[in-house]
Amino acid sequence: MSEDASRPFEPRIVAFFCNWCTYTAADLAGISRMQYAPNVRVIRLMCSGRVDPQFVLSALREGADGVLIGGCHPGDCHYQEGNYNALRRFELLRLMLRGSGIEDERVRLEWISASEGDRVQKVCNEMTEQVRALGPLRLTTPRRVEAAPTAPAAPDERAPELVGQVTP
Amino acid sequence: MLEPEMDPTSQPVSTNGGPKVGVYVCHCGLNIAGKVDVQAVVGFASTLPNVTVARDYKFMCSDPGQDLIEQDLRAGLVNRVVVASCSPLMHEATFRRATAKGGTSPYHFQMASIREHVSWVTADGDDATQKANALVAAAVRRVALHEFLEPRQASVRPDVMVVGAGIAGIHAALTLADAGKHVYLVERETTIGGHMAKFDKTFPTLDCSACILTPKMSQVRSHPNITLWTYSDVVAVEGFTGDFKVRVRHRPRYVREDLCTGCLECIEQCIHKQGKFEDEWNEGLGKRKPIYIPFPQATPAVVVVDPETCIWFKTGKCPRTCIEACERDAFDFEQTETFDEVNVGAIILATGFKTFDAARIPAYGYGYYPNVYTSLEVERLLNAAGPTGGDAILRDGTKPKTVGIIHCVGSRDERNNAYCSKVCCMYSLKLAHLVKERTGADVYNFYIDMRTPGKGYEEFYDRIMKEGVHMVRGRVAEVTDQARSPQEEGRLVIRAEDTLMGSVRRIPVDMVVLAVGMEPQPDAQDVRRLFNISCGGEGFFTERHPKLAPVSTFTDGVFLAGACQGPKDIPDTVAQAGAAAAEALAMVDRGYVMLEANTAWIDEATCSGCKTCVGLCPFSAIAFDEERKKASVNEVVCKGCGICVGACPSGAAQQHLFTDAQIFAEIEGVLEHV
Repeated sequence: MSEDASRPFEPRIVAFFCNWCTYTAADLAGISRMQYAPNVRVIRLMCSGRVDPQFVLSALREGADGVLIGGCHPGDCHYQEGNYNALRRFELLRLMLRGSGIEDERVRLEWISASEGDRVQKVCNEMTEQVRALGPLRLTTPRRVEAAPTAPAAPDERAPELVGQVTP
Repeated sequence: MLEPEMDPTSQPVSTNGGPKVGVYVCHCGLNIAGKVDVQAVVGFASTLPNVTVARDYKFMCSDPGQDLIEQDLRAGLVNRVVVASCSPLMHEATFRRATAKGGTSPYHFQMASIREHVSWVTADGDDATQKANALVAAAVRRVALHEFLEPRQASVRPDVMVVGAGIAGIHAALTLADAGKHVYLVERETTIGGHMAKFDKTFPTLDCSACILTPKMSQVRSHPNITLWTYSDVVAVEGFTGDFKVRVRHRPRYVREDLCTGCLECIEQCIHKQGKFEDEWNEGLGKRKPIYIPFPQATPAVVVVDPETCIWFKTGKCPRTCIEACERDAFDFEQTETFDEVNVGAIILATGFKTFDAARIPAYGYGYYPNVYTSLEVERLLNAAGPTGGDAILRDGTKPKTVGIIHCVGSRDERNNAYCSKVCCMYSLKLAHLVKERTGADVYNFYIDMRTPGKGYEEFYDRIMKEGVHMVRGRVAEVTDQARSPQEEGRLVIRAEDTLMGSVRRIPVDMVVLAVGMEPQPDAQDVRRLFNISCGGEGFFTERHPKLAPVSTFTDGVFLAGACQGPKDIPDTVAQAGAAAAEALAMVDRGYVMLEANTAWIDEATCSGCKTCVGLCPFSAIAFDEERKKASVNEVVCKGCGICVGACPSGAAQQHLFTDAQIFAEIEGVLEHV
């Protein structure tokens, strides 16, 4: 988390890839030995519809400079329509992020099918450069607000500096 | 995919005192170790919280590698396992099995993909090591939160559906039926047989195609365990592994299949005295009547009425001499589409291929010069049951004296299909032999490289060379009728570079044969969606693993056979169909499958009763108790997408193996140490 002033800025990007399309595409990029920026760290979910907006907020709070969500193309979802859910949530989330002063380029939703290894390479490289140009994400409010001692680790406290309450 | 099962004789590892994580970093030979500093990753892992053991090994997936995990678990050194190696899509099942053998839940395991996602895609070694560290840190944090879960079990229906009845579907269906399984074989054409039924001979043995195929076709027809549905297609697939509900549409033939005996008297008596309409089976080289049978050995031997061309359907005015001719009263002009719905445990897709549309390369003049043919057309010309009775004659009835065969049409070409269609070299040699045999013509083959790997294939190539077929190495630039010399006058000229002679040649011929490549069926994308599988970039269906699971798909219970998975010849197709049948048989015969434990559940205490999840579930797996105002997930129906979990406003919906806490831990992990 600490920023070393002696090192040039390297963006940190957290990616949420669905198991069936985009994660498989990332595997294909690997099998095809397509080199791309090491800045993107992939977390595998079964479906892009599983991406809770709080994952994005949490990633940004924990130090990510950008978040990439990858799902199947419309109509191709392994679970029929999870990617549409992801899209709806994403559009809403983007409005909130804009309201919080976070640039659109930092949070991106991409449809990448299992056969599009080259697209994983392209999107990862492109996004890394865009975020690099934007510079580190600086959230102006305190990074962590202590939870009330009695409260369980309710999701609302994951990113209080960004939004009061997250609703999907 | 076989899920791990716990060894019932083993004692679960004690988890007293919290998680003890073992991290195992795989070298994968040099695949990982050549880029990632494996020792550094091990060193880093050993500093992480909860990590009690950190090791590296050349090949974690090997027996000794798996033994490391098992031994550490049994010795009580660890109770959670992280393997940093290849993609979980590759070896997650392997390591879960090893974890289970160590005496704990197979799901006390997490994988960090440091090969596909790191060593293979990262240019710089230090960057790669850093990224590997981050992924290991994430897995370590996450696995500490993994619950003790057991794999779910679901029963499998005994019947199997095979879609497509070319040689692949036929062979798969017969194999399964012979094993005592009931097979629904669905074919959208009016007859089974597929492309193979159109060929005259097969390479390299020059077996007569019909002689080896038609006995199998009639076996399909008479097999008590096969329900054959021709002129039918699958319109809907529901359900999941082991229990698919498939809806099949039967198109009307206007002739009752159970009554027609295939005497063909009706065709004889049709008001059209001659065939008048393009005969699809003969690639348009022949004519058929509105009532027809594609070829004499068609299976089932049932005629079909084409409403597009039948006078009765078009005008309502026809004496319908066909009805009079039928002694069995098999005609039913009122027939409409009918539907069947069946439940099957497994599905084999054998939907085949289409040939490349030669008109897409205008320089070769297909569709413009009448004497430019595709290879499939020439197959029909050479076939004794074809439009010319097996004579290789041109459209004007003359025999060609010189024939040019152009290889790689649409294949190995960045502008069309980059891939090699695999079969064209061999069938071009076969066509060269047959054309020469039937016409005595001089035959030229224009090739890029000759590709003849296969049993007896190179020997076949040698044989054809000895028969005096000319071989010109070079891609053909164009086919033209612009003569430059008297000998070119009135003929087609093939202009090609001869890379062995180092010159451009013009070779006048009477007939051009375009060796068109194989392409996915035009509706492959629709079929893919229907069966919930994926296609590669070129459009063929994607197998689960190119080497280790070549007939499986990412949808458990759906298997692939034949050219729908990629270009292949008949021997390979039959071998693959047998493999698909064996895989399907292994599944339905066992009677149950193990399912991922990643289902959703709802914490009643926090459920606010908002019903958001109920409407979102694509599988209607969530029920709502109106009295108590609580939602609940039916675990048997839940497929584990987590859509409801992502949407639940109160955090009451959670998903096994993907809980919010686990994913937050993973997020923190990938970011913390970089």
